[in-house]
Amino acid sequence: MSDAAIELRGISKAFGPVQANKDISIRVMPGTIHGIIGENGAGKSTLMSILYGFYKADAGEIFINGEQTTIPDSQAAIRAGIGMVFQHFKLVRNFSVVENIILGAEDGALLQPSITKARKSLKQLAEEYELNVDPDALIEDLSVGHRQRVEILKALYREADILILDEPTGVLTPAEADQLFRILERLKAEGKTIILITHKLREIMHITDTVSVMRRGEMTATVKTAETNPQELAELMVGRKVLLNVDKAPAQPGAPVLEVEGLSVHDGDGVQRLKGVSLNVRAGEILGIAGVAGNGQTELLEVLGGMMRGTGNVRLNGDEIDLTGKYSDGQSRRARGISHVPEERQDEGLILEFAAWENVAFGYHHDPDYQRNAMFMNNAAIRAETAAKMERFDVRPPITNLAARNFSGGNQQKIVLAREIERNPDLLLVGQPTRGVDIGAIEFIHKRIVELRDAGKAILLVSVELDEIMSLSDRIAVMFDGQIMGERLPGETDEKELGLLMAGITGDAA
Amino acid sequence: MDFLELLQVLDSSLRLAIPLLLACLAGLFSERAGIFDIGLEGKMLGAAMMAAAIAAITGNVWLGLLAGIFASVVLAGIHGLASITFRGDQLISGVAINFLAAGLTVVVAQDWFAQGGRTPSLDGAARFNPIELPFAIGPSDAAETGRRLNELIAEASPIQQVYSELISGHTLLVYLALLAVPLSWWVLYRTRFGLRLRAVGEAPEAVDTAGISVIRLRFVAVILCGVLCGIAGAYLSTALLGGFVKDMTAGRGFIALAALIFAKWRPWYALSATLLFGFLQAVVVRYQNVEVGNFTVPVQFMDALPYILTVVILAGFVGKAVPPRAGGQPYVKER
Repeated sequence: MSDAAIELRGISKAFGPVQANKDISIRVMPGTIHGIIGENGAGKSTLMSILYGFYKADAGEIFINGEQTTIPDSQAAIRAGIGMVFQHFKLVRNFSVVENIILGAEDGALLQPSITKARKSLKQLAEEYELNVDPDALIEDLSVGHRQRVEILKALYREADILILDEPTGVLTPAEADQLFRILERLKAEGKTIILITHKLREIMHITDTVSVMRRGEMTATVKTAETNPQELAELMVGRKVLLNVDKAPAQPGAPVLEVEGLSVHDGDGVQRLKGVSLNVRAGEILGIAGVAGNGQTELLEVLGGMMRGTGNVRLNGDEIDLTGKYSDGQSRRARGISHVPEERQDEGLILEFAAWENVAFGYHHDPDYQRNAMFMNNAAIRAETAAKMERFDVRPPITNLAARNFSGGNQQKIVLAREIERNPDLLLVGQPTRGVDIGAIEFIHKRIVELRDAGKAILLVSVELDEIMSLSDRIAVMFDGQIMGERLPGETDEKELGLLMAGITGDAA
Repeated sequence: MDFLELLQVLDSSLRLAIPLLLACLAGLFSERAGIFDIGLEGKMLGAAMMAAAIAAITGNVWLGLLAGIFASVVLAGIHGLASITFRGDQLISGVAINFLAAGLTVVVAQDWFAQGGRTPSLDGAARFNPIELPFAIGPSDAAETGRRLNELIAEASPIQQVYSELISGHTLLVYLALLAVPLSWWVLYRTRFGLRLRAVGEAPEAVDTAGISVIRLRFVAVILCGVLCGIAGAYLSTALLGGFVKDMTAGRGFIALAALIFAKWRPWYALSATLLFGFLQAVVVRYQNVEVGNFTVPVQFMDALPYILTVVILAGFVGKAVPPRAGGQPYVKER
């Protein structure tokens, strides 16, 4: 048996009382793609940060190509041939590609020789791995997919043999993700070792040779990808059976609740974000809006939720909604029976410094139940209601006094959902309900949304996760460049077709 | 105003612009590395006092210059310690340094010289004296011919007038400061250190993951800022004037900061911006009693004019000045 490219033995790391990594051992064979999967907070990123010299392990040994090494800092990791592509790119945005490539890997005190060398090397790498990027382009002018390529090129320029990618597809469109996978296959064919960290089962199944599963700081299993299946992996991740597909009965749509005609919105800079959007959502139905982030979905939610003004006709249960006047604010929308779970829960859904019970009252603080008299609010009543909501929504820890900041992403989202769903709205606007939420909570949140639908309410769902749109929606509308490109039924379409629509290519033309 | 008078105004613009230029370049290095520095004023003041004091005691202006730089670097080190090592608020640390310098300089000067917080006036080898460039008409020619310098220059050709009046006859520090502009540009854009410096002010996390120490890089920048501020302060008390007086920086550190914004954190722009501010000051110094019709503009208003114009220029003419992205934020390593 040949030496492993990377072998970790008994790695442990604690942050205060929290054991982020517990006695982790793993062998990654050279020339393979090794997946590491786990829920948020399972310790994947900590483990990789140890490997890249960001943290020092409390205990354990690291072997690179069979030789024991220590990695005290990033420079040592780079010397050992390890390259890392972080989830949030570590690029200087107003530098050119070539300047970013050489930063920290310059050959001498003067720049010019390094730049000349890097240009040549970039050309070679571009041919070798199909990693084409204009060396003189500024990072801020590049698309997210291209920025990621620059990160990969950075690692390759430093002659990395082992490439670690942390949640690389989180910010990519399906087409860009496919491209990334092709590049990774190519790198593997050239003998590079790749570690892919993700929480997306589909990617693991699609591209890895071996997969390790982490749960609560421990490595629960390492299996060959060909010998496992998504259900098994999900179980290993969560520690119990999970429903990967949302279990829901066929929709029983009723009368239209929301009718939108020719809705247009200009943002503060005068750019038109919505270009005559028309759609409707019926009672007892979930309409999913698919699209790459930034194509007008945010504005659609915000104008319907009363956070932005727009022009056009919007009717709720047949009655016109004020889009520009005195009643175009969020308060009036709530009064009309529209609840809104905003995309940015930390900025718009919650005030992080405030306690959970205060957050539960926000937006509904005029509710008569919350008033003690004309002067004072009835905080006891709000606390009691918060405690009840926390129990019903399984918010952990169930402490009403805890600041919203101190809950995990999934539990923060549950607080927002509890506040909005339990108002029993006619229409629920919900954006990115499970972004940054771990798999157990995703399941719970999806179930609640479906329950609301089954109670005969209309739901407008915006998500950049195609899986989520596909499994949750009863109807799917695809947005591109502020317009609806088309509507599909989830049973009669696939990711490929939706992906094309998301890129602005209509299927009819093809 | 005739040609010669214009030259004289420009000449004094240059003299007055030099401390601004040095301080502006000092701020440039610090802020490009992501450390905002409103303590330029305090560092200059500290340097001005120490330079004049040591020059007065030793009679050697070079020792004075070194002492000035040392004082400024110590203050810069405090700023670095507070804002880089202890991740404190950079504005507060800068303000503290300004107060510290304002008070300490007077106290120390009073204790050493007992002249009401001043240093003795400097002359001879204890201060920087004008350098007469070859072929320029200078005081030596005046002594030789026995005529007044002004008359000699007035009789010369326009090219000789520009050369003698504007270009020649400055102290060494003026020429050094002017050389510092292309040098700064070269360091910033053509060297490894410059690339890393600019990167650490924009995206310290990129520098960190590339295996370079953010803390060390920022400290180097802050110390460099201290050196340049030190020269600026020493220039004030040993070249522009012959001795230290209380609060002699008179807000120059803040005007340099304004010039830095005006210059969009670029060396050549910094030169033009500080020359403009220097020109404003020169005009005010020369035309103290301006009469508009029968009305004499108060001196106080003229004195305030450069500051008023600073505000106007910053508010109206800068356009979009984007500071270094990571400026003002201490770097905390994250996953």
